[in-house]
Amino acid sequence: MDNQRRKFLKIAGASALAGIGAPTLVKLTAGDALAAAKAPADGHGAAAKDHGPEVPAGIRLAMVIDMRVIAAKPHLLDKAITACNEVHNIPDFGGDRKNEIKWLWKASFEAVLTDKSYTRLSKMVQNTDFPVLCNHCENPPCVRACPTKATFKLEKNGIVAMDYHRCIGCRFCMAACPYGARSFNWQDPRPFVKKYNNDFPTRMRGVVEKCNFCSERLALGQEPACVEACEGAITFGDINDPHSEISKVLDKEFTIQRKPTLGTNPSVFYIV
Amino acid sequence: MIEKTLKGKPAYWIWLAFLGMFMAVGAVCYARQYLFGLGMTGMSRDVSWGLYISQFTFLVGVAAGGVMLVLPYYIHNFKVFGRITILGEFLAIAAIVMCLLFIMADLGQPLRALNVVLHPTPNSMLFYDMIVLNGYLFLNILCGWVILTAERKQVKPPKWIYFFVYLSIPFAVSIHTVTAMLYCGLPGRHFWLSAIIAPRFLASAFAAGPALIVLISLILKRVANFDAGKEAVNKLVTIMIYSAMLNLFFIGLEFFVGYYSGVPGHKHALQYLFFGLEHHGHVYNNLVPFMWTSIIFMIGSIAMLATPAIRKGNEFILGLACLMLFTGLWIDKGLGFVFAGFIPNPLHEITEYIPTANELGVTIGIWATGFFILTLLYKIAVSVEHEIEE
Repeated sequence: MDNQRRKFLKIAGASALAGIGAPTLVKLTAGDALAAAKAPADGHGAAAKDHGPEVPAGIRLAMVIDMRVIAAKPHLLDKAITACNEVHNIPDFGGDRKNEIKWLWKASFEAVLTDKSYTRLSKMVQNTDFPVLCNHCENPPCVRACPTKATFKLEKNGIVAMDYHRCIGCRFCMAACPYGARSFNWQDPRPFVKKYNNDFPTRMRGVVEKCNFCSERLALGQEPACVEACEGAITFGDINDPHSEISKVLDKEFTIQRKPTLGTNPSVFYIV
Repeated sequence: MIEKTLKGKPAYWIWLAFLGMFMAVGAVCYARQYLFGLGMTGMSRDVSWGLYISQFTFLVGVAAGGVMLVLPYYIHNFKVFGRITILGEFLAIAAIVMCLLFIMADLGQPLRALNVVLHPTPNSMLFYDMIVLNGYLFLNILCGWVILTAERKQVKPPKWIYFFVYLSIPFAVSIHTVTAMLYCGLPGRHFWLSAIIAPRFLASAFAAGPALIVLISLILKRVANFDAGKEAVNKLVTIMIYSAMLNLFFIGLEFFVGYYSGVPGHKHALQYLFFGLEHHGHVYNNLVPFMWTSIIFMIGSIAMLATPAIRKGNEFILGLACLMLFTGLWIDKGLGFVFAGFIPNPLHEITEYIPTANELGVTIGIWATGFFILTLLYKIAVSVEHEIEE
């Protein structure tokens, strides 16, 4: 795992040095995908394009969470949550359920994977908290519901993003999200931010917010804060690139997504 | 015609002052909410819509209910409704104004409301709701005003107005259909994800709107010497009975689907509303007494209205039945429907919603504003009627 991470950072660092600029990771992976599309290894590539299933185009950033690792080292999840909260200036309302702002948090298996069978759960599943965050759906209901395009899907990498300055606070997206991933600033959050990170904006009252897959860190060639903090329990990358680390994990392991029957196609996968 | 609102009996002014008092309370409560944020309400991360959106939903129905007067009168030439069709149109205006105020009260950033227009988003149902609500408001102001003016001058209304009158009929249906679509197109909210929501909304609207109009015409008969006519009232009561029964039928269908299929997602919200939902050893049942009151009121009022001896003999009982029906439908749609959609939340946890005093203040203030506008509009309509009679 450590090796993968080093490789990831190396490529990201190199591209930053090359002066490609802000969305380094994006361009980098796009380059790979482009090259793969241009030079099919043999005739099968072209044939598959004509008759086979649709080949996904573009970049789709996703996350695979290995619950085996988190079960063995539960403190990793706490570390990841703390890292997320600090990086994104998330206010702490001291467990007040009404006001709480959550980007990445933990909940039981029954709460997170509500449509999976739980007649008999393994001890590991019963005793382990699962990470919950925005699924960055391929077909996001929140984006469909938003009346101002304040939440939208980034075409370049599939991230479902927010514009806090356009949001009118109607909370239609919160009703639309089947994953409970969105939080609303019921009051001014700033007095409740414990430690300011000057590199990320705070929010004002009356707007919705949620996990952004650390777009701001990706732009600098860094991994998402939670991925970095939990030391290999989470793999992050482009699932449309067959050679990416995450594709290899997905090819190898059986993964599940939250509420797949709703047709949202989440980009967060769990290995249980 | 606006000058008609400036002359009235003391009771008229006392009534307006009474409403004005609640409007002032509402304004103060809203100022508090505006300065602090929506944290002044009982809404939470889990129940992210509350009283404001539920009142909005119910009042869209009241506005759409006005079409039950417009349609028989203009399409079927049902002359009996001639005197009271204007009441339906003016009720729609007041109800839509309340709807828009409730939407504004519910926004976290009300000053950005125009973003809905500046960044039009055709994939959002709220975009269409904005169009049809404002369109319906405009149509009712236009039609009501032009026709009343013509009536006052005792001439036939201009022919072009009928285009807008006929247009207002599909608009009435559309406002409640689109409002239903705000809910029934959301994946993962099982209680709302039902194709029967729009028909059910329309059925309850066509009962609630006329119920309020009958109630008001009974009051107008006493305080303003304005008689809607027995035949018109009887016809409205028939419409109410059928619509309210359809609404109950649709609720029954929801119960059948949930409890016969046994699919938990289809049962949870109904269980929460009517029997209480158990979760981790605690039973959540805040709304149970309200929902049974609603059912009793709806069935009771239908029984009262459908018994000719009871209904025709006594205006007090007729008024009581209308009030019961209106209240029953208000609990059904104006409380239960919206709140229960958030139970349980997407992680199958339960957070109950209890509105705060400040939130109730804003809500009452907006209702008072609506009735203030309604009073002024009805004053104009009734004064014009009296002027013609003289």
